[in-house]
Amino acid sequence: MSRLYDFHGGIHPPQHKDAATGSPIQALPLPPLLHIALAQSVGNAARPTVAVGQHVRKGETLAEPDGRLSAAVHAPTSGTITAIGPHPFAHPSGLPVDTLTLQPDGLDEWQPRQPLDWQQADGTALRKHLQAMGVVGLGGAAFPTHLKLAAGQLATLVVNGAECEPFISCDDLLMRERATSIVDGIRIAAHALQAGEVLIGIEDNKPQAIAAMQAACAGTAYRVVSIPTKYPSGGAKQLIRILTGIEVPHGTRATDLGVQCLNVGTLYAIARAVLHGEPLLSRIVTVTGAVTRAANYEVAIGTPLAWLLQQAGISDPGTDVIMGGPMMGITLPDLAAGLPKAGNCLIAKSAALFPPRPAEQACIRCGDCASACPAELQPMDLFWFAKSRQFGKAQERHLFDCIECGACSYVCPSQIPLVDYYRFAKSEIWTAERDKKNATLARQRHEFRQFRIERDKSEKAARIAARAAEQAAKLATQAATPVAASTAAASGMDDAKKAAIAAALARAAAQKEAKPLSEQHTSGLDDAKQAAIQAAMARAAARKAAAEAAKAGDAANPDRAATATPAQTGMDDAKRAAIEAAMARAAARKAAAQSAQADNTAAANPDSAATATTSQTGIDDAKRAAIEAAMARAAARKAAAAEAKKDAAP
Amino acid sequence: MTTLLYALLVMVALALLLGAILGYASVRFKVDADPLVDKIDDILPQTQCGQCGHPGCRPYAEAIASGDEDINKCPPGGEDGIRKLAELLGVDFKPFDAGAAQPKPKAVALIDEATCIGCTLCIQACPVDAILGSAKQMHTIIASECTGCELCLPPCPVDCIRMIPHGTDLTNWKWRYPTIPIKAVKP
Repeated sequence: MSRLYDFHGGIHPPQHKDAATGSPIQALPLPPLLHIALAQSVGNAARPTVAVGQHVRKGETLAEPDGRLSAAVHAPTSGTITAIGPHPFAHPSGLPVDTLTLQPDGLDEWQPRQPLDWQQADGTALRKHLQAMGVVGLGGAAFPTHLKLAAGQLATLVVNGAECEPFISCDDLLMRERATSIVDGIRIAAHALQAGEVLIGIEDNKPQAIAAMQAACAGTAYRVVSIPTKYPSGGAKQLIRILTGIEVPHGTRATDLGVQCLNVGTLYAIARAVLHGEPLLSRIVTVTGAVTRAANYEVAIGTPLAWLLQQAGISDPGTDVIMGGPMMGITLPDLAAGLPKAGNCLIAKSAALFPPRPAEQACIRCGDCASACPAELQPMDLFWFAKSRQFGKAQERHLFDCIECGACSYVCPSQIPLVDYYRFAKSEIWTAERDKKNATLARQRHEFRQFRIERDKSEKAARIAARAAEQAAKLATQAATPVAASTAAASGMDDAKKAAIAAALARAAAQKEAKPLSEQHTSGLDDAKQAAIQAAMARAAARKAAAEAAKAGDAANPDRAATATPAQTGMDDAKRAAIEAAMARAAARKAAAQSAQADNTAAANPDSAATATTSQTGIDDAKRAAIEAAMARAAARKAAAAEAKKDAAP
Repeated sequence: MTTLLYALLVMVALALLLGAILGYASVRFKVDADPLVDKIDDILPQTQCGQCGHPGCRPYAEAIASGDEDINKCPPGGEDGIRKLAELLGVDFKPFDAGAAQPKPKAVALIDEATCIGCTLCIQACPVDAILGSAKQMHTIIASECTGCELCLPPCPVDCIRMIPHGTDLTNWKWRYPTIPIKAVKP
């Protein structure tokens, strides 16, 4: 027996595990509806591949992984998809996420299952299979398992059966009852990781699980290690420390040091997926606390939590429910959510089990939190900086090494909810980083746009210069025609070739000239030109307004002005109505803004009027007419306003 | 007398030598751009919206660095941005002017595609090339690139662009500052 190591800090909270460990794993009937969220793991939510109304069989893929950090989602039973859309989710925010709603048909009819010959398959095939089977870490973090198996040539595979948090006993029961399958999973994972040594760490408060795992491991090289009960020994870094003595430093991953850590539940899911071709469709959930039938249930993913608690006999349906353990779990805002793959435990709160936390008092800097911190941080400093929003300093003190285990909050004599402050600080830092990234992207795009505009301008100037040079050259050759033969011979250039080049250049120039203005606009219109167009439009509008004011005394009435325009008769009625409405809105808004501008622009360069008309050829006639009408209306109103002002002035 | 002369000579030689080193260093290690402008530009949100009265974030940063402009002219940066600028420049925090533009929730532009006439005016106005389309073709906003600067709103002749505020989803949800929850007490 090799020696065990100890990690810094840790606490010994009351266990409360007995309530749920008295009975074996319970099966449940199918719920009336299943709400399977598309976001079942860290990374992108999966992309649905089914449609509403489609009938699916058990195990059929409902959604495909979107990207590396994503895993597939499957139908936990056969039935019909009744909805795809936002539904409450088991998340502290209570925000709805896209969810597939499946109505079971009660037949529980499997689709054909395809096991994988894992001993022949290479690592890539195995990882692909696991991603397609939707296997994610079942310890609580829901990290896609195929990524954890990507490391190779490891010295040690640590199997996490510690289950250190109070109340939770799903891994305990799984090890007691299905140790053989777990060992099958270990075999597959060890093969994929080419692990030299396999250590199975189980806390010594689970003697039956230890015995079962030892029996299942008999005849193999896998070592079941009983470790002292101390929270949080089930944290990956902590368990690695206990079993191997390796401390994973800041900014390093355990795999860099040749260790990988997998939860027993995940290994069971691997065994089911590889040996039986069964996707991850259900998991063991501890339902405990203020319920009459506290036990571990095997529950289909997506089972509504309220229904599950009802089956377990919740005494007060209005009570708060924690998903996860009492130390790290979250209070669920909405029990209509379906069970996620990460949901290992549901605890119905009661006043006896969870007395209300006394009000927070000032930090007295006693240092108890630092003694309890398993990550060897200084929680009181982190608290201080998080509270005063000095996030940079909190980061310098390794805020992101905090595993949010809650040991510091547990020991705090001032009852400060320390972890809440750390979570707040972490999300503020993430938001700031995201904003920073977006700002950098925006800056790059803006700088590139400016560069592009400059480049277009200089290219245009170069084109004009080239054309001018070419013209000059042509003139020069024409003048020198008498001696052309001799010069051509001297320069070594063939006459025909020269002529061809000149012709090509002329053609290109002609083409460039013929290019419609509107097309040039899309490739970048400089500000001066834009201003000129606007000016021209405003002038045209003003002229028209004057004409119309003379024609119809009541030009200010937009309906009459619009219907009077004959150019619009060719236009489809509905579209015209829509455009007119939009025009009227735009005109009303612009009238105010441009009234000052119009006066100035009236004196603008007359050349630009031509440009304006050309630019408008891009828009078809009917639409142009509509625009003009709107402009005219706006101008008329403006004129009226100006007149009124003039009247009022003297 | 000679001692004094020697001392003087040594001092002069030293002064010349050190002066030469300094002179070389000032040429060799010359910093071309004002690093302060970069630092200020880093704090600004890069919406390029022009609400500060400058044609973009960098010109505003330059104006702040030269002392021509106040630090409270950037509504998209929010009060947080002013605080950061104040800290960087060693000046006092200054709230937004009462009459000036105030910070708004972040938003992205959305083009009503049925109304769009394909005039390309918004494309020319967009400072970050976040609008896709061409003449007489429907335009659309690339939402992930849109900074919410609202510069595309005024040029649109048919008023088909709206600003849609960012909602909260799981990717941008934040843990709130821990407060004591207030629960309604039944009478």
